[in-house]
Amino acid sequence: MATPTVTRPGATTVGPGPALGALGPRRRPRRGLGRPDRQLVAYWFLAPWLIGILGITLGPMLYSLYTAFTSYNLLTAPKWVGLENFRLLFQDPQFMQSVGVTVKFTVISVPLVLVCSLGLALLLNTGIRGLSIYRTLFYLPSLLGSSAAIAILWITVFSQPGLVSDVMSFFGVQTGSLIGNPGTALYTIVVLNVWAFGATMIIFLAALRNVPREYYESAAIDGAGRWQRFRRVTLPLITPALFFNLILGTVMASQTFTSAYIIGGATGGPAGSLLFYTVYIYEEGFANFKMGYASAMAWLMLLALGLFTVICFATARFWVHYGDER
Amino acid sequence: MSYTSPVSAPRLFFLFRLKPVRLRAFQALLRHIVVICLLVVILYPIAWLFVASLHTGESAALMGVGFNFNHLSLANYGSGLTGSLDFSRLFLNSLLVAVLEVIGALLSCTMAAYAFARLRFPLKGPLFAVLIGALLIPGQVLIVPQFILFYHLGVVGTYIPLVLPHYLGIDAFFIFLEVQFIRTLPRELDDAARIDGCGHVTFLLRVVVPLSLPALATVAMFMFINSWNDLLGPLLYLSNPHLYTVPLGLSEFIDNTGQSSYGGLYAMSFLSLVPVAGFFLAGQRFLVQGIATTGLK
Repeated sequence: MATPTVTRPGATTVGPGPALGALGPRRRPRRGLGRPDRQLVAYWFLAPWLIGILGITLGPMLYSLYTAFTSYNLLTAPKWVGLENFRLLFQDPQFMQSVGVTVKFTVISVPLVLVCSLGLALLLNTGIRGLSIYRTLFYLPSLLGSSAAIAILWITVFSQPGLVSDVMSFFGVQTGSLIGNPGTALYTIVVLNVWAFGATMIIFLAALRNVPREYYESAAIDGAGRWQRFRRVTLPLITPALFFNLILGTVMASQTFTSAYIIGGATGGPAGSLLFYTVYIYEEGFANFKMGYASAMAWLMLLALGLFTVICFATARFWVHYGDER
Repeated sequence: MSYTSPVSAPRLFFLFRLKPVRLRAFQALLRHIVVICLLVVILYPIAWLFVASLHTGESAALMGVGFNFNHLSLANYGSGLTGSLDFSRLFLNSLLVAVLEVIGALLSCTMAAYAFARLRFPLKGPLFAVLIGALLIPGQVLIVPQFILFYHLGVVGTYIPLVLPHYLGIDAFFIFLEVQFIRTLPRELDDAARIDGCGHVTFLLRVVVPLSLPALATVAMFMFINSWNDLLGPLLYLSNPHLYTVPLGLSEFIDNTGQSSYGGLYAMSFLSLVPVAGFFLAGQRFLVQGIATTGLK
């Protein structure tokens, strides 16, 4: 039940009560958190973010859209060249190589990470004891995975002599240096990405815990076996998590930089097999100072990832099931 | 109990005709074995790195896959942290940058999140849509234009390009995370504060911040780890070796390393993992909850 002293929208003189008004000389009492519908003070709280979004996100993005159509080396003013950068890009074998490497990496590593992390999440979601310890230990690599130190460790693991070649030679297989071999170098980073699957697993685990138990019980009563329970109950109910992990995993994988740069160097490793898209942006933009060219690359990437996200969201209603709809 | 498990012990084990209770215990044991084996494989390289870092000279590179516990010493740590490599300075630099970025992210994200979660104001909807849009912009798309901006501002070569964006709310994901959390605080708090004549700043500092500590801790830890691991930013903006951060130092180190100094490289690599692992293990409850809830809701 509302009391007459509660501030209503449009009421200017109604205050919280006489006690506060009596404190100051002004008749009009302090309004505390303000009129509920127009709290313009919000803009003070938003000020840093607003400056940031205009000044270091949207502004620079628009500027780089402009520089994508120019030739620009930072020292002299940008020179308009129209679509020249894009024309050159599609004739640039290194650019094509970097697209190939990045797409191949993403297409192989993202599904692998999804399958491994879902598999382990299912295994850990069986009421296993010590879940929190296991979860913590599995999660740890995903925090370390993007560090320079782990990339350095990876060189040791996969070169010759190295941990993997040692183990393999024990079984009589001579692998040689997997990192020095252009045919296998990319897969060592795929393994790195799979190794860091913990963050993805945690999200699956949270989703699995939200699946109501009764569904399994009624499915079991209806005679559904393990596989059918997974296929018809679990999988549909965790599609939101799958959707989230798919988008996030793809965006992250396509931006792989640190491991590729440490393992393959600025030129993209053995025979360009580690020339990731971001490594090539870095090389063209910051080693060769071709800012226009690098901007064009960045915008193509934005468009590609944007297109991917739009397709995901557009198709989501066919395969992503949210709990509240039946 | 095991309804939730499509992948557990194969049906083969029914052949053993164990009593259900026994069977269940056996399945549980089997699960533990599988999980522990996986953990050993996953964590083995890190343990290996630690042992290798205790070997000096070429023996570090030649240790092989097994552990060799002969002639261990901390000499690599001493020589790596001081002398010509002087990684102690790099660690301090990394710490400074990380702390500055954490403070910036906490300040700007909490302010913006408070506005989005608690206040009503014109253009709120469109601005929130902008925030979500910013969430989807891949960060690496911005590196070129931001570099051009900071180049023209004449701050390339300092920590400003690394640190400043975090004071301006570049971490849209953290804002989103905090919004989700602050939204769940009961509305009655606002009413009570209003009746007490409490202003927004006081309300934010005295009520919202203390109640949002789990979210703030999540933001602080993720920000610290992101900053600590970042290689691209320092690579772009830092040219003076005195300002180098640890990942940049490691990256330069590996370019100029022969087998003889692998011990030092391993020691500094391992040491650079310690703060991340330590931060995580200290606050893992917050972190795991944080990503699990914000990822989905």
